Amino acid sequence: MGYALDFGWLNGAIGMIASGAAMTIFLIAVTTVAGVILSIFGAAAKRSRYPILRKAIGAYVELIRNTPFLVQLFFIFFGLPRFGIRLDPVIAAMLAMTLNMTAYTTEIVGAGLDAVPKGQREAAAALGLPAWLVFIKIVLPQALKVIFPALTSQIIIMMLESSVVSQIAVRELTYEADMLQARTFRAFETYFVVTIVYLGMSIGLRRLLFATGRRAIAGGMA
Amino acid sequence: MIEFTFWDILRNLLLAARWTVLLSIVAFAGGAIAGLTILLLRISKRRWLRRAAEYYIGLFQGTPLLMQLFLLFFGLPLLGFRIEAWTAAVVGLTLCASAYLAEIWRGGVQALPSGQWDAGSSLGLHYIAQLRLIILPQAFAITRAPTVGFLVQLIKSTALTSIIGFEELVRTSNAINNATFEPFTVYGLVALIYFVLCYPLTRYTKILELRTARQH
Repeated sequence: MGYALDFGWLNGAIGMIASGAAMTIFLIAVTTVAGVILSIFGAAAKRSRYPILRKAIGAYVELIRNTPFLVQLFFIFFGLPRFGIRLDPVIAAMLAMTLNMTAYTTEIVGAGLDAVPKGQREAAAALGLPAWLVFIKIVLPQALKVIFPALTSQIIIMMLESSVVSQIAVRELTYEADMLQARTFRAFETYFVVTIVYLGMSIGLRRLLFATGRRAIAGGMA
Repeated sequence: MIEFTFWDILRNLLLAARWTVLLSIVAFAGGAIAGLTILLLRISKRRWLRRAAEYYIGLFQGTPLLMQLFLLFFGLPLLGFRIEAWTAAVVGLTLCASAYLAEIWRGGVQALPSGQWDAGSSLGLHYIAQLRLIILPQAFAITRAPTVGFLVQLIKSTALTSIIGFEELVRTSNAINNATFEPFTVYGLVALIYFVLCYPLTRYTKILELRTARQH
């Protein structure tokens, strides 16, 4: 073995790794909130009685789900300025991530809405609740409870995929790793440490969501 | 400065798309073979083998593919292997695909009633024969939809290999964009090419899902 691993640089790098991780967490937090709210509207619209709306949502979902996130990101960041829409990298990243996330979660939320038995709606309507209250108080909490595991997986997939936004110079975890390895010339060690950080974040996020989310959804909204 | 017409751009992108297709096929085939091995470990009777496969799957599903590619691209040379972008791309995607496919197929194996195993034993089949003749054919049959769905995901994932310098569709489009300054056209066309590759598979997944749903 001609190569000795060296982690001596790590002491001076913890600050950079932490700030990169904080950016990644910020991005995924914004994306999750925006994506879930938008996908509730998306899923409801896909089940509305307007064919144009249904078709439009369906086309959007298929378009996003059948193209790579990296291409969507480049399209938004490099392609939109042609129409005078010049976005800050962080904004472009949040926009691309939210658009991507919403396409997947629209399908997930939709599956949850379909899983709620029709009798629940009818019972609520029979109690005299207006349609929007039936949706928010009765249907949605039950749907979210059903889809919670799938939603959690999607959030984690999105967090891992967010490493790609380093390519448009958003200073998140992967970007900081690139900077570090350029400075230390310890590419393998740097990416190794950062990969472990990602692994820890995805395990931690899953634990956190399962520990808090399920109860909050079931108890908070209903 | 060379002038690029729309057709030049499209032609070059389509030529580059061949590499995307080739990489997807190779990685899917390699991932299927490696994934089968992981699956066998994952459903093994020995606890530590199951555990090892579980960690393997968790590792690849819990870290970004981009990091896996970086680690291979920068890590393998340290072990004395000369590595090119193509090799790193194939190895990275194959390993990642093996983890996902093993997990998908494990779901199929565990969905089978245990009577299937018992019936196999009562016929006097040994473990390998039970797997080959009874368990795996059924497990593959019921997981066909998610397997094709994963192929779509894999095709999209090949875009990441552009970042470690593999000359596929996205990397070529970056180069063309730098020459033409027409990002809207270039990336629009790239998205369209990916869509044309992936959408039929997605449709096929839907058909398979409906067919499975009708059977139950």
